[in-house]
Amino acid sequence: MDFSLDEDQVALRDAVRRYCEGSYPLQERGNPETPEQARDRWKGLAQLGVLGMPIAAECGGGGLGATEVMLASHEFGRTLGGAGFVPAVVLCGHLLASGSPAMRQRWLPPLAAGEARVSFACGAAEMRGDLTRPGVAAEASGAGFVLRGEKAFVLETEQPDAVLLGARTAGREGDDSGLTLFVLETNQPGVVKQAFTTLDGRRAVGLRLDDVAVSADAVLGRLNEGHVLAREGVDRALAAWCSEATGAMEALFDQTLDYIKTRRQFGSPLIRFQALQHRMANLLMSLELSRSMACAAAVAVEEATPAERRRIVDAAKVFVGQAGREAGHCAIQLHGGMGMTDECRVGHYAKRLMVLDQYFGNAADHLRRLATT
Amino acid sequence: MKFRFSNADEEFRQVVRQFVRDNLDPALKRKIELGLRLERADYVSWYRKLEQRGWITPGWPPEHGGPGWTHLQRYIFDEETQLGGAPRIITSGINMLGPVLIAFGTPEQKATYLPAIRRSETWWGQGFSEPGSGSDLASLRTSAVREGDHYVVNGHKIWTSYAHVCEMLFCLVRTDPGAAKPQEGISFLLIDATAPGVTIRPIRMLDGGRDLNEVFLDNVRVPVGNLVGEENKGWSYGKYLLGHERTGIAGIGGCKQQLARARRLAAAQPLGDGSLLDDAAIRQRLAQLETDLMALEFTSLRILSANQGARVPGVEASILKVRGTELRQQIMDLLVDIAGPWALPFSEEAMLDAFDDDMPAPEAFVAVAANALDARKASIYGGTNEVQRNVIAKVMSI
Repeated sequence: MDFSLDEDQVALRDAVRRYCEGSYPLQERGNPETPEQARDRWKGLAQLGVLGMPIAAECGGGGLGATEVMLASHEFGRTLGGAGFVPAVVLCGHLLASGSPAMRQRWLPPLAAGEARVSFACGAAEMRGDLTRPGVAAEASGAGFVLRGEKAFVLETEQPDAVLLGARTAGREGDDSGLTLFVLETNQPGVVKQAFTTLDGRRAVGLRLDDVAVSADAVLGRLNEGHVLAREGVDRALAAWCSEATGAMEALFDQTLDYIKTRRQFGSPLIRFQALQHRMANLLMSLELSRSMACAAAVAVEEATPAERRRIVDAAKVFVGQAGREAGHCAIQLHGGMGMTDECRVGHYAKRLMVLDQYFGNAADHLRRLATT
Repeated sequence: MKFRFSNADEEFRQVVRQFVRDNLDPALKRKIELGLRLERADYVSWYRKLEQRGWITPGWPPEHGGPGWTHLQRYIFDEETQLGGAPRIITSGINMLGPVLIAFGTPEQKATYLPAIRRSETWWGQGFSEPGSGSDLASLRTSAVREGDHYVVNGHKIWTSYAHVCEMLFCLVRTDPGAAKPQEGISFLLIDATAPGVTIRPIRMLDGGRDLNEVFLDNVRVPVGNLVGEENKGWSYGKYLLGHERTGIAGIGGCKQQLARARRLAAAQPLGDGSLLDDAAIRQRLAQLETDLMALEFTSLRILSANQGARVPGVEASILKVRGTELRQQIMDLLVDIAGPWALPFSEEAMLDAFDDDMPAPEAFVAVAANALDARKASIYGGTNEVQRNVIAKVMSI
């Protein structure tokens, strides 16, 4: 049993923290990014080495593991920063590593360098955690495939150069087998985009695929057997998002504690009131338990058997999802009327925690899964 | 980071598991699994086996008969003995008084009392709480007045576990009523439970149990040699004692065992054409509790591994105590719901040996409701969960 970090890991965490504190000033956190800001920050993350962190060294990355991803995600959670990191780097980075040499060389070095924007395209069922219903059919056609269907959610980027997506190449919706992963360049004819803003102020885009022709080279990994790889990638992303949520909870805790230490009512600081002290104690307890679950998930995605990994990641998503939503409510309540304003940052953290809970299945979805397996 | 127990720890786990299998009397195991009442003899039969193996005092230093385990090994021992259905080490002598005597007692006190505690020959009752002093323990009023070679003790203690079967009591008493702060006039005394003036009256509890007692002290003469440490310093020894036994404070093994039992019992209870385990609501509650338990388990391990060799610090211990006791209470409530109608019949006889001709409930459910009621004490003893939240908040406000 060893929950400690080594020197390199501590140095990495501190570097990301310094970067985030500088690049995401408190009063701007949660505000929509201008396209220029989004571009500059993405570049900045590339220069910091974060975008290449889990990518293999021969593809221009740092070759680091899930613990390092956990540390960076936690810092992004604390500062509401790093938009696009988990979908692009953790999820797509992991999937692309199983691609052909040509595919790896085409996408991973520019991803690590911040020159290409990549994200994962999800349908509504996938966004609820069911990867067996991709909502897109890929029909063999000549030497390639024709893609047809909808992916309503390409997360945390407005203009992806490419998206990774799951499509059904055989079987029926709901089957594990018959799923294939594709890399789709979004400037193809037949790709209809609809950009939108999510609850947390981030930009996303939905895709409709109207008979989009792709070559056989667009297949990532093995035909009809994409489910296992997709699940691996999504579990890695979920582990990272659990850390991000834990970071956001930590920031909420700190901000709320500061606030109730300075805000005075009835002649004394709010922290003197036991009703509020107990809410803070509850918040601290669920923060600490969430932290443990985020660590457990990070370790599980690298070390556990697939079944064990799934069980721990599912449980982490349930626990952190519930705790995160509750933390948001608590922070708003303890900030009183101020917590309801757009100016106060706690509401922005609460929104991000609501969004993170929904990614690939919320706490209720994951609890249902745990309850039925 | 690494979340695996080392090979040595895994081997240790196997050794403990095998020891429980080989040594635990099946009749005792059954009583514990059914939640029936245990008597002193039940505990002692198991404690003797632990003592022969050198495992009866996991928290004591090796020079006083402790096994010299790491915190992680103690955690594994707690977990494995609970999973195996063995009694926990619950006696105040082992868990509370022993460490205090080792740290603050005289050589005579150590020589007189420690071996008898290890061999389970002497049972000790803890005389701290009073009717007017529960969470606010420092307000205690039991007085001890020095008269020559004795203290004369007068007062009224309450909630003393097993006092009715104890040979000795350790009590906090007020020796300086004029001290500037209430904490400063308190001393730590060892009192013979059979001495003239000591009256012990069991209290009948919600679940029908009588393990807790009132202790009346009426002009009890206690030799001054029975003072532990210095006069008027008793409060600090009491605090030391309450902070001592914390590695297993979350009760992970017991929660695991009860949750697994809940799953088994739900699968055996008919509902419609299937079983209760087919019901979505029951399954969700089980999944939720298993998730919460996993979070608590990883947190226990994280705290233990961060404090290798050191005591579990205050806030962390409070977190584990609050979440562990609340989880246990929720599990026990779930068991009541799984029992459903079979939670209704109640029989004192059945609580003793699960055999009562008039008892219509299946054996598995005989004690479920009583155990759920008994579990309510967990958020009250050892500092109520509200006091624990105060402790957490106090650290925050610094």
